[in-house]
Amino acid sequence: MVLTLRPQTTPAVHIDPMMPTPFRVQRVRRETSDTFTLELEALAPAVRAFAPGQFNMVYLFGVGEVPISISGDPSRPEILVHTVRAVGPVTTAICKLKRGDILGVRGPFGSCWPVVEAAGNDIVVITGGVGLAPLRPAIYYVLAHRGEYGRVALLYGARTPGDMLYRKELEAWRGQFDLQVDVTVDAAKPDEWRGNVGVVTTLIPRAHFDPHHVTALVCGPEIMMRFTILELQKRGLRDDQIYISMERNMKCAIGFCGRCQYGPNFICKDGPVFRFDTVKAVFGKREI
Amino acid sequence: METLERLLSEHPFFKGLDPRYIQLIAGCAREVTFKAGEFIFREGDAASHFWLIRNGKISLEVFAPGRGPIMIETLSDSDVMGWSWAVPPYRKQYDARALELTRALEFDALCIRGKCEEEPRLGYELFKRFSQIIGQRLQATRMRLLDIYGTHA
Repeated sequence: MVLTLRPQTTPAVHIDPMMPTPFRVQRVRRETSDTFTLELEALAPAVRAFAPGQFNMVYLFGVGEVPISISGDPSRPEILVHTVRAVGPVTTAICKLKRGDILGVRGPFGSCWPVVEAAGNDIVVITGGVGLAPLRPAIYYVLAHRGEYGRVALLYGARTPGDMLYRKELEAWRGQFDLQVDVTVDAAKPDEWRGNVGVVTTLIPRAHFDPHHVTALVCGPEIMMRFTILELQKRGLRDDQIYISMERNMKCAIGFCGRCQYGPNFICKDGPVFRFDTVKAVFGKREI
Repeated sequence: METLERLLSEHPFFKGLDPRYIQLIAGCAREVTFKAGEFIFREGDAASHFWLIRNGKISLEVFAPGRGPIMIETLSDSDVMGWSWAVPPYRKQYDARALELTRALEFDALCIRGKCEEEPRLGYELFKRFSQIIGQRLQATRMRLLDIYGTHA
């Protein structure tokens, strides 16, 4: 099996990128009160290689279609994993699916985290809330090729200890000797949490990496990313060392409809992952 | 005293401070250790000290009736704890509790305020540093007010 890590602007398997493929829900895991991870398997066997950071359009028949990042292991593309937060009618319905239910999938689409290009560098992954989901494939990749990177740090912020995604996995990663994992929450009760309390940007000054030889992968709410970039710049990172994943309302996912236009780019086709210097001029602009 | 001066000059908070001033404020400082679980101060206490954390972890907590203590911030290696010593009415507004064995440098606020009165240049240097800390904490608080990880994010 060959794993491609090149950004794909068209689905790996299907000729018609607008035609969903039926997938069956194999497993549903509750992550938090409103966030669930679904493992899907194609009804007709097919390998759908994806690169870390890419997304699928997930179609719940009769309800609607939404873009969802792929959050599984890129070395195991036969199991399609999506972590979904119930925020609207479609995602709420998806979160209610049970084993055996069917949904449609188009993709994978979009650009990817530069995990191949970052070989030889330190890696710092900074994320908040459900932003960990699109970064998890990148973490899997880096851990599977650990020898190719220098120091690796994962900094994760959540609202409360109960809102953390992949908690067991975070604990396991933290137990590894070759990975710095720092987690912080916005507020907690002393009897339920012994970790950090504060915003995720407060972890950046203490993260172990060489600012001149590091690639930063950032994903989370846009406000969080804005302050994270400022903090990374304080540590001495250049704009071309920082990658962010942007989110807009995507519809066609192939750059036809223009719904996700972001300045001169389409998030679905040119993103969602952007090197910061390429979007700096429009990042944070109120009109865009 | 020489060791204390070295510890102070090595701390990021005092980076670049004139050695004469380091010597001055060292006279107001001492090394302290807090055991895990030990309360360092309580809400309403006189703000008679501030601390530079050398290593360990401390939580700032607020007690909410019906909910119990809520951790609002943790401070760890190299952080500064306490700025209400510099602002009237010099009262602590939170509880502070060591989450693990914590070593710190403790400063007598009355002594420091006295030195600042005698040596306004030192006062200016110290308040420049503290206003940075206060600004960072204010910014972090505002970020949390936005509830950025909420469903509207």
